[in-house]
Amino acid sequence: MSTLTMPPADRGVLERRVQIARDLQAIVPGEGVITDEVRLKVYESDGLTAYRQVPMLAVLPSTTAEVSAVLKYCHENGIKVVPRGAGTSLSGGALPLEDGVLLGLAKFNRILDIDLDNRCAVVEPGVTNLAITEAVEGDGFYYAPDPSSQIACTIGGNVAENSGGVHCLKYGLTTNNILGLEMVLITGEVIRIGGRHLDADGYDLLGLMTGSEGLLGVITEVTVRILQKPEIARALLIGFETSEQAGRCVADIIGRGIIAAGMEMMDKLAIHAADDFAQADYPRDVEALLIVELDGSLPEVEHLVEQVTKIATKNEARTLRVSRSEKERLLFWAGRKAAFPAIGRISPDYYCMDGTIPRHRLPEVLAQIRKLSKKYGLRVANVFHAGDGNLHPLILYDANTKDELERAEAFGADILKLCVAVGGVLTGEHGVGVEKRDLMSTMFNDHDLKHQQRVKCAFDPKGLLNPGKVFPVLHRCAELGRMHVHKGSLAFPDIPRF
Amino acid sequence: MDSGLRPQDERHVAEAVAWAASGNNSLTILGRGTKRSVGRPVDSEYSLDLSALDGITLYEPEELVLGAHAGTAMKTITEALEKNRQQLAFEPADLSALLGARPRGAGSIGGILAANLSGPRRIRAGAARDFFLGVRAVSGRGELFKSGGRVVKNVTGYDMCKGLAGSWGTLAVLTHVTIKVMPAPETSVSLIVGGLDDEAAVALMCEVIRTVHEVSAAAHVQQPLTGRSKVAQVSALEAAATVFRLEGVGPSVRHGTKKLEARLRKAGALETLASRASLKLWREIRDVHFLARPGDRLVWKLSVPPACGAAVVGEISSALADTQALFDWAGGLIWLSVPRDPSAHAGVIRKAVAATGGHATLFRAPANMRSALEVFPPLAPGADLLARRLKSGFDPNNILNFGRMYAGM
Ligand SMILES: Cc1cc2nc3c(=O)[nH]c(=O)nc-3n(C[C@H](O)[C@H](O)[C@H](O)COP(=O)(O)OP(=O)(O)OC[C@H]3O[C@@H](n4cnc5c(N)ncnc54)[C@H](O)[C@@H]3O)c2cc1C
Repeated sequence: MSTLTMPPADRGVLERRVQIARDLQAIVPGEGVITDEVRLKVYESDGLTAYRQVPMLAVLPSTTAEVSAVLKYCHENGIKVVPRGAGTSLSGGALPLEDGVLLGLAKFNRILDIDLDNRCAVVEPGVTNLAITEAVEGDGFYYAPDPSSQIACTIGGNVAENSGGVHCLKYGLTTNNILGLEMVLITGEVIRIGGRHLDADGYDLLGLMTGSEGLLGVITEVTVRILQKPEIARALLIGFETSEQAGRCVADIIGRGIIAAGMEMMDKLAIHAADDFAQADYPRDVEALLIVELDGSLPEVEHLVEQVTKIATKNEARTLRVSRSEKERLLFWAGRKAAFPAIGRISPDYYCMDGTIPRHRLPEVLAQIRKLSKKYGLRVANVFHAGDGNLHPLILYDANTKDELERAEAFGADILKLCVAVGGVLTGEHGVGVEKRDLMSTMFNDHDLKHQQRVKCAFDPKGLLNPGKVFPVLHRCAELGRMHVHKGSLAFPDIPRF
Repeated sequence: MDSGLRPQDERHVAEAVAWAASGNNSLTILGRGTKRSVGRPVDSEYSLDLSALDGITLYEPEELVLGAHAGTAMKTITEALEKNRQQLAFEPADLSALLGARPRGAGSIGGILAANLSGPRRIRAGAARDFFLGVRAVSGRGELFKSGGRVVKNVTGYDMCKGLAGSWGTLAVLTHVTIKVMPAPETSVSLIVGGLDDEAAVALMCEVIRTVHEVSAAAHVQQPLTGRSKVAQVSALEAAATVFRLEGVGPSVRHGTKKLEARLRKAGALETLASRASLKLWREIRDVHFLARPGDRLVWKLSVPPACGAAVVGEISSALADTQALFDWAGGLIWLSVPRDPSAHAGVIRKAVAATGGHATLFRAPANMRSALEVFPPLAPGADLLARRLKSGFDPNNILNFGRMYAGM
């Protein structure tokens, strides 16, 4: 296991473990509190399996009142809390703490209301992403953000991570697709923000909560926007000899004013792995493969397919196929959507990165990644949300080989620093968690991070919710509250006055 | 207010705010001042005018991204975008006529984002906050900080752009912003049904936006108001107008139009507006032209679940004579004009809105009324606590637009 410094465990809390379990049992009776080692092991890691820690105990509430009482109790007793949905986070966001309560939201699995007139659905946070679409598709609707983990991941986790999917370019991330939340602060206070109307009032707490990685509050209800399904969708599978050509093609499509429903790119290693895994019938002798999905009405889609075909040809596409049926379209996607497990089959372990770059920097970033791959002696497969510049290099390694995990992590960190250096960011959709925590200072200076932490202080002044995540150093709120301003005159007397 | 500061760059802004904070001199933050009359009046010693923070710093049409200093005039931005057949998809309003402010196009991009103002396309494309990718800002501590970036997919740290959108300059002074821009639609057409009452209109709008994909906006203008339109086909109606806009590539708009025409014919008399007239009418709706005059009436902005729009207005007008309503966002955004009254009829209006979970803002009213009343929707206790804590974290000395959103903060 990789080393990671987490907040020091509170011995006093650990000593009171039995009493704490008893007190929590009074709040969440029956099977609601888990204390035995074996059952706790289920929660020891999330999708980032390099890090493991069995929690002090786990609590599985099923009502907002229970969540509120549990949090209030933990707050009063100085106990840390780690919220968890399905545990598919790829950044260690749901990694437990030795002295912390793991708060599982899986029992919040009901769809509370479907309101077609206002185009929204009200759901509990433990409902899976796909279950929302399944609940409304009979009426011709769907929930747009579609992470590849959508069968398993929960909407609560999606909100906490601001998750994306392959349709983000046109339909946005989670943050663009939710209207309201009910959440519980660490003090137990229940707060409702937004609703079924389009613009929430006051400060944009909805925007701050989305992507807050479980550090600000526990989400107990979500109102999501649902969209009508497009009449038809078609996908193009386009192969190129170089990633430069593929990148140019993407730029030209957008430059022509076409916002595709999805634009995904894979490099050769990813193409082969995905094709072997899913038998997607991908062309195998190309260096870059592009999937472009177009949706809308039939005449619109036909028109756009024609345009994109022209642009692809101009960019010297080697192969081009347009899906002729829904079955074929889904087959085009099957390979891409299974890219992660497919890589899992050709390597004992893989490490998934998630930086975003300005799209036009792609060729140089890929070239650099190839160089780093040689330097670290590890293979890498690239999967890329090409439309919005979100890069997923998958680093192949074997944890059982001496120092390969360390090398993979160092390689990954270099890739992310590269993303930042070309004007991009550390994480496009997987979150900072514990994984990128110590890299935050490559993107943000002290002032930037302190202002973010002032948001944290407004929600959770004692720092009990999911500590050890996102921030490399968590300053005490009292210290952050102080003003360091010296009385004086304007140092720039040249600021014009009127 | 007696004196103004006009910083030339963000370093100046930081310096000016730090100076103000050290002496507890409060500041009124002005982008270009066009929305100064919105919110509670700020009683400050100085104003901080950002109009010198001017100019586009980054525009890459193929990357759909634009960066600009916060004081950049909207006109500068829209002109640059138009040259590349692009646009701000959230369709920001120019409320100068409604607010009796300076000439059209004078507002700043920072002001639009700080107010999170979105126009008719909001139902399809999203709000201003949804396009706000990156920010540099100076908090009330006089410290410059940044958040976000120039890429759309970014979850690195809290989304401070959202936190600052709609904060009306009370948390930090925006100095530079990066926004997502979108291709402008190739074609645009509007269809109008005349003579529907509010209830039928809202029901129709809600049905249409969930069945006809190409519809990018749906609005309803009540009867006497249509006479104020400069679009002949609307003013000649002498009836209420329920308007739908279709946008996209040619074949798609033609397809949508056919589908929509078939549905609308059942609802009433039908008019079609080609692109130029359509553009003009949607500007009038976006800019709330219909309620601009007479300038002494009070104007409320209501945000409600779209399907409740007609019922809310129905309840208010049954308690209150002489109300006029403009419905946008398929019923979800209501601009309501009411006669002047010391209470601004806040009780009746907020009660009707509260039942739907929505909220109401007193958008246009004389200063004395805005300082006596709650202009922004009163916050529930929990949200109020968080708002106050955020304010004191970012602006502990209460020097940025003090009291503009809520009394005492
Ligand atoms: C194979 C695979 C593919 C993936 N593909 C994608 C993809 O395409 N796009 C993408 O964006 N992500 C992807 N992910 C990452 C992951 O699925 C998402 O981040 C997802 O949103 C996590 O949801 P979860 O329910 O599993 O949350 P968890 O992993 O349980 O938790 C994630 C974070 O959210 C917090 N949290 C969870 N529930 C709540 C709540 N109710 N209130 C407050 N905080 C809460 C946790 O504390 C933690 O910080 C993928 C993961 C895997 C394993």
